[in-house]
Amino acid sequence: MTPALELRNLCKTYHLRQSGGVFARHSDHLAVRDVSLILPKNQILGLVGESGSGKTTTGMMAMRLVEPSSGQILVGGYDITALGHAALKPFRRQMQVVFQDSYSALDPMMTLAQIVAEPLHIHGLGTAAEQAEQALDMLVKTGLDRSYGGRYPHELSGGQRQRVAIARALILRPAVLVADEPTSALDVSVKAQIINLLLDLQAEMGLSILFISHDLSVVRSLTDKVAVMFQGRIVEEAATETIFTDARHPYTRSLLQAIPVLNPRERRARRFLSRAEIEAATPRLSGYGVSTGKPELIQIAPDHRLEAILQ
Amino acid sequence: MPLLDIENLTVSFPQHEGVVQAVRGVSLSVAAGESVGIVGESGSGKSVTCMAVLRLLREPPARIAADKMELAGVNMLTASRAQLSASRGRVAAMVFQDPMTAFDPVFTIGHQIVETIRAHRKVSKSEARGEAANLLARVEIKTPEAILNSYPHQLSGGMLQRAMIAMALSCRPQILFADEPTTALDVTIQAQILQLIKDLQAEFGMGLIMVTHDLGVVAETVDRVVVMYGGRVMETAPVQDIFDAPAHPYTQALMASMPGRSAGKQRLVEIPGASPNPSNPPSGCPFHPRCAVAEARCAAQVPAFKSQSATRAAACWRLP
Repeated sequence: MTPALELRNLCKTYHLRQSGGVFARHSDHLAVRDVSLILPKNQILGLVGESGSGKTTTGMMAMRLVEPSSGQILVGGYDITALGHAALKPFRRQMQVVFQDSYSALDPMMTLAQIVAEPLHIHGLGTAAEQAEQALDMLVKTGLDRSYGGRYPHELSGGQRQRVAIARALILRPAVLVADEPTSALDVSVKAQIINLLLDLQAEMGLSILFISHDLSVVRSLTDKVAVMFQGRIVEEAATETIFTDARHPYTRSLLQAIPVLNPRERRARRFLSRAEIEAATPRLSGYGVSTGKPELIQIAPDHRLEAILQ
Repeated sequence: MPLLDIENLTVSFPQHEGVVQAVRGVSLSVAAGESVGIVGESGSGKSVTCMAVLRLLREPPARIAADKMELAGVNMLTASRAQLSASRGRVAAMVFQDPMTAFDPVFTIGHQIVETIRAHRKVSKSEARGEAANLLARVEIKTPEAILNSYPHQLSGGMLQRAMIAMALSCRPQILFADEPTTALDVTIQAQILQLIKDLQAEFGMGLIMVTHDLGVVAETVDRVVVMYGGRVMETAPVQDIFDAPAHPYTQALMASMPGRSAGKQRLVEIPGASPNPSNPPSGCPFHPRCAVAEARCAAQVPAFKSQSATRAAACWRLP
């Protein structure tokens, strides 16, 4: 089956220029290196890593909100990497995004009904009355009643604003949703509401979600598969439970090790690996092909990829 | 005698639209060397409680009232400016959530730590600088001299938080207030900073108040937990009891809604509704509009804070 979203060898390089006039030094920063990912239809893929690991850049490139330096992006099997503004527009309907900070993502001067209806307006779908009606239906679907249509973003709590952002993203019935830390700014007691909402909508609307997060507990409850990013590359990818019970890469292990315990009884002293120690501990594998002497992403099981050095 | 003793603290902020009641009758005591976690969501009053104790809120607009607010025997309600200055730093120090805004961007880290030391003790600049380097080494900074000469923007969040902890420890406080010290940090750095705070607390024998919204942080670091909601204390108990048998319906709901407790993709137990609006709090128990087991009296009257045992107490009508 054609995946909902496929990324092939995506790279992003930022050119840095250090001050010094004509003597300025130039250097390249590889924010994302050779990332290949498949998001199957109807699944939730978690993309985890620390800040600076390149996970948000990857998500933004998948949406063509950041231009990749090289590589390909396929949505529903179509290569959209090189499409111009007009040619891209029909694909924009199929891919939507929800951000972490719902406060800055919603226009404070618009009512919630206007905010949610705006994508319909942009894509010229239906009359104004139909758009408004659909917007109210979508608000209801995300757990806000119709009376909210006339309200403004500042009247809402953080959780309610995130519901509006989700309603706006889903009103075009996209095939792919990129959710970039959608629960990180929410109160603990509200986080579960938004996770449940995403799970329900995913099942109901046949959505595929790329879920970007540093919160591994949320990732465990929500995703089918997890890809772990470190220093701009994917170092391990597997079914979510495999990651949590049988992680092989030292970086994945150190991430899991760092999660706070769920019970004080499990308190333990931890040892922390430095970046260099993690690089040095890259797994060595034999029997998977010819050695190149360099770390590469190896398929070690049908559903498990691991960065390793072949021997 | 407890190191910190608060009885019936209220903090309010009069505004045009009415009075925002951030803290509504909080009682809390912390013994010397004890570590206490204050858990709550945004708006629960947990940070304001700490700021009020150290008199760090601007008054007015803040209005602080209490039956008792003593820190190491000093009445913080009536303390003079000089007494307050003496208490802050030497008796109590605070570490904030966002180290980037807590440091002054135009001075080096070294300058700021030296300034803190010399504000409280009569030592020479070079002595203070040597001490600052030792402190940085103590918070596991490998190149103290380089960090002393750095400006805040040159350091990562984790490194800055270490420097802030070093600065907080510079006057050997008897109690450290840590207000969401790891919320802005990555999960691996968070684990390192929590470990560091625990180690230092044991080594210096100081009291610790860990303010957080994260039950995981509490599970990692403290002996006793105070759960706050809507400006009130809902429950207090030893940390293991809170996790094994939470008594208050709010604590129970919080525990049940924690993601990642069990394997597999699944719906979570959710708490309906949103946190109360502090300028228009609900009547009675602040949690009653979201509580699954609320009764008529919960909306009518605030439940008293009652002891269930020598170590546990909670404010709920349904508890004995």
